[in-house]
Amino acid sequence: MPLNNVAEKTPRQDMGRVAQMPKTIRSKIRARSIGKTFGEGDHAFVALEDFNLDIADGEFVSIVGPSGCGKSTFLRILAGLETQSVGEIEIVREDSAKALLNVVFQEQSAFPWLTVRDNVSYGLRMRGLPKKTIKAVVDDWIAKVGLKAFADAYPHQLSGGMKQRVSIARAWANDPEILLMDEPFAALDALTKTVLQDELLELWEANRRTVVYVTHSLDEAVTLSDRIVVMSSRPGRIREVFDVPFERQRDAHAIKKDPRYGELIEAIWSILHDEVVSKAK
Amino acid sequence: MSEKTLEIITLRPDAKHWSKSRDDKLDPTNPVLFLSPVMILVIWEIVGQLNLIDTRFFPPPSQIAVVFWQQIASGELFYHTGITLYRVLVGFAVGSIIGTFVGITMGLSSLARVTLYPLIAAIYPIPKVAIFPLLLLVMGLGEGAKLATIIASCFFFLTISGMSGVMNVPHVYKDVGRNFGANYWNFVTTIALPAALPPIFAGLRLSLGTAFLVGVSIEFISAQEGIGWMIWHSWELFSLPLMFVGLLTVSFLGLVLTFMLDFAEKRLVPWKS
Repeated sequence: MPLNNVAEKTPRQDMGRVAQMPKTIRSKIRARSIGKTFGEGDHAFVALEDFNLDIADGEFVSIVGPSGCGKSTFLRILAGLETQSVGEIEIVREDSAKALLNVVFQEQSAFPWLTVRDNVSYGLRMRGLPKKTIKAVVDDWIAKVGLKAFADAYPHQLSGGMKQRVSIARAWANDPEILLMDEPFAALDALTKTVLQDELLELWEANRRTVVYVTHSLDEAVTLSDRIVVMSSRPGRIREVFDVPFERQRDAHAIKKDPRYGELIEAIWSILHDEVVSKAK
Repeated sequence: MSEKTLEIITLRPDAKHWSKSRDDKLDPTNPVLFLSPVMILVIWEIVGQLNLIDTRFFPPPSQIAVVFWQQIASGELFYHTGITLYRVLVGFAVGSIIGTFVGITMGLSSLARVTLYPLIAAIYPIPKVAIFPLLLLVMGLGEGAKLATIIASCFFFLTISGMSGVMNVPHVYKDVGRNFGANYWNFVTTIALPAALPPIFAGLRLSLGTAFLVGVSIEFISAQEGIGWMIWHSWELFSLPLMFVGLLTVSFLGLVLTFMLDFAEKRLVPWKS
């Protein structure tokens, strides 16, 4: 299928305008005119400007953009770890007994003083769930991310990929309505990254929920997401939003052979290339 | 035209290079560990017997051993060791516990930090032995002044390492705690305290060494018993073997306690690689 076909179905948007949503699905997250400025006066630095985005319930949305475009800042604002300077975010909460949103962090964020088991159970323990429930859930997730043999190991005994599996399991085991993933595989080697991408795709398709995924990797974005938000560099605004044309229950390797795969990456890449090169001049 | 010589480089599995040495850690079961002290003693004995050194100042180990045994047999050594150990350990424990508590409080609360830091920074550099005379005047000649001096010495190491341990918790761990719903108390117990443990152990190590230093020094000045007194008293008697018995005892106690601290650290900080 040629690219213009994809582009036709893509709800494009101009800077500042609200991203279109399929009308049948209600938004889980609505971000309106979000702006974030760090510092004051001469040192002020605008990280995000007029950022508008609607994310549907159960949607997997990736945000890509040049380094320093504020994509991680948006994620941190969404997680409540940072506050926006202007604008509002509305999040629809379905079940107040459940965790609303959890983050899989960029850095190696597993607590070094806790074993794999205690790291994975952290969120559940903080919520004060019964020990029996915690044990069952945690055992299940440790097995799902393939760390059964390392359940009682400390993070320093694990490889980088295994540590990141711990962070993933910690977030998913807490069963939040929304998962925020901040370049979770950025520090990993290409091979480990591919393996973890496949695993993540499988996990998500089996346990669907709203995911906001920040990444540098276009491959990763196209393989995993329903929609890809492309941002401009400083100040960070939305340049374009692409729909990913592949059906669910995806085969990460089969879709790479689809011509639309390369076309989509090419289309995103040309925008990013333009952003990086034109801003550098 | 000179002929070119070809050199053949063969890489072998047993190749040695300085960059390859890997055993950086001390293995307490390695018998070589005891070789160097034993060698020193043997050499000392030989040069002593041959009168190559002045045996009035450096009595040969055999002579020291005789006095050592006499001191053990008479119970004198255990008596003095017990007294010194009591002072050092009580001072170390009390000073370190209070210091850790104050340090962690300063790390957690900016109010405590602003209030206490100037005082701590001003008092820390004073050698604690220097306040001993003042404490003697205030508390009298009993154990109080001695313990207080050791406590004061240990206290500061732990306030400083406890405070910096809590303040230097990597930010990402705070983010994780917050994101997973940890309340303030959870943050203190599951993040701040464990993150501060390694620097606290570093502080304990300094604190223990200093407790010995200060404890023995104080016994020189003002005590009728203890290892420090024994060393000083042997100087007055010009009994050099007895002086060496005292020195060796202090060295041995320090060694044993440091090993015990290492052991405790391995148990309490198992995540330290």
